[in-house]
Amino acid sequence: MLQLNAVDAGYGGFRALFGVSLEVRLGEAVGVIGPNGAGKTTLMRVISGLIRPRAGTITWEGTDLASVPAHRIVELGIAHVPENRRLFPRMTVEENLRMGAFIPSARARFAERLDFVYDLFPRMKERRSQLAGTMSGGEQQMCAIGRALMSSPKILLMDEPSAGLAPVIVQQVFELVKRIRESGLTVLIVEQNVQQVLRVVDRAYLLDAGSIRMSGTAAELAANESVREAYLGI
Amino acid sequence: MGIFDIFLLEAVVNGLLLGGVLALLALGLNLIFGVIDVVWICYAELVMIGMYAIYYFASAYGWPLWLAVPAAIAVVAVLGVLLHVLVISPLLGAEPINQLLATGGVLFFLQSFATVAFGIEFRNLGLRLPVIEVGDIFISYARLLAFGCALAGMLAVWLFLSRTYTGTAIRAISQDRQIMALMGVDTRRIYLITSAVGGGLAGLAACLLVLQYDVHPFVGLSFGPIIFMICVMGGLGNMLGGFIAAFIFAELISVGGLFLDLEWGYVFAFVFFIAMMFVRPEGLLARRS
Repeated sequence: MLQLNAVDAGYGGFRALFGVSLEVRLGEAVGVIGPNGAGKTTLMRVISGLIRPRAGTITWEGTDLASVPAHRIVELGIAHVPENRRLFPRMTVEENLRMGAFIPSARARFAERLDFVYDLFPRMKERRSQLAGTMSGGEQQMCAIGRALMSSPKILLMDEPSAGLAPVIVQQVFELVKRIRESGLTVLIVEQNVQQVLRVVDRAYLLDAGSIRMSGTAAELAANESVREAYLGI
Repeated sequence: MGIFDIFLLEAVVNGLLLGGVLALLALGLNLIFGVIDVVWICYAELVMIGMYAIYYFASAYGWPLWLAVPAAIAVVAVLGVLLHVLVISPLLGAEPINQLLATGGVLFFLQSFATVAFGIEFRNLGLRLPVIEVGDIFISYARLLAFGCALAGMLAVWLFLSRTYTGTAIRAISQDRQIMALMGVDTRRIYLITSAVGGGLAGLAACLLVLQYDVHPFVGLSFGPIIFMICVMGGLGNMLGGFIAAFIFAELISVGGLFLDLEWGYVFAFVFFIAMMFVRPEGLLARRS
């Protein structure tokens, strides 16, 4: 469904990804784990078109994403929940959700998608007219995920959904991730919280210093000695 | 009522009516700044071109007003788009000072162009609009009409910004420019629409100003500086702040001009502006960041 082949990417003179290849199949939840600065956010941004690959190919359902303008990529069914949520802080929850439904196909189904998101996050329905910037971190994360879901995506890219949240909220966020993938959505999630993310994904890749060091099922990575030592603190 | 009270009341009413048109112009400038992050130094000169457009359409060609007004608004809207495409767009990534110099250059270009193309004579529509007597005070119908149309224009912009997807995107873009592509928003398209709306507002203001003032190539100088002061005092890009500041300045000019000469009204406005820059340099309604 989504396939990266030997992708190089970076910013200016700085290279963040070196020959990264990975694959996400329909209905899967795939994790990318790795330390801070490993290139995880760059990986997400290169898929959703915010930055362009310098080499390699990114294929989505047979389409070469490098030839698609960034603002058209969401129309292909790829929704990106950015790092640090990036809500529009001085707009209400519902206006943020409306921005998520900006593309024509989503506008037509706005009411239906809004019901879907409010069903998933009843809290967002309560807070619909609150300014997004005034909510707690956990609520903002819900809103950011809801905004991405408004476009009826086929795949959800999640960039560090647990970052900056209190431990009890982190638990809730991963519960949400579980429910989202149970709803049939394909998920690609990058996380530093290795222990938690390996519980909700099927397979995972270990990204370090811009290269994929290891890949396997979640259970394999969780059992791997070096992963356990470096990331699980065991 | 004493004669002085009547003059004062008249000045207050006139200030309110003037404030409407100034608020309309401030809204246009704030919209451009908030969305594109560029100051159109030549904004008042766009208004000047709009005033010539309505003059030529209505007076010289004799078009009916229902056709001449939308046509003049359209001319300035197109001018706004051209300004963006030809001048702003190539400089989007440049230093702010270069953008200021470029739009400042457009200011002189438009003034010179108008001098060559239209001459330096003062021109007006030749409309004679009545003066209305309410109680003891006299109100110019032209000013009342301008005020009403300015309010209607601002209401239309507000509805556009709050009710439509494109309007929501225009507000969102000033809060987080980088992620707009993730929403499926083509920022270049939003910039073009915003430039057209900003130009259109200048065109509407031109139609309203031409009811009260003669047009000449340097007419922009008589209200351009005031609009910038209003926007800076309201907080650049802050539409509500600009709206409030427009009425404060209009009252200062109108009531200040009552006690001495009209020119003194402008002096008061500028002194007030300088004082406010010391007290609240970030603008009236600045957000704490």
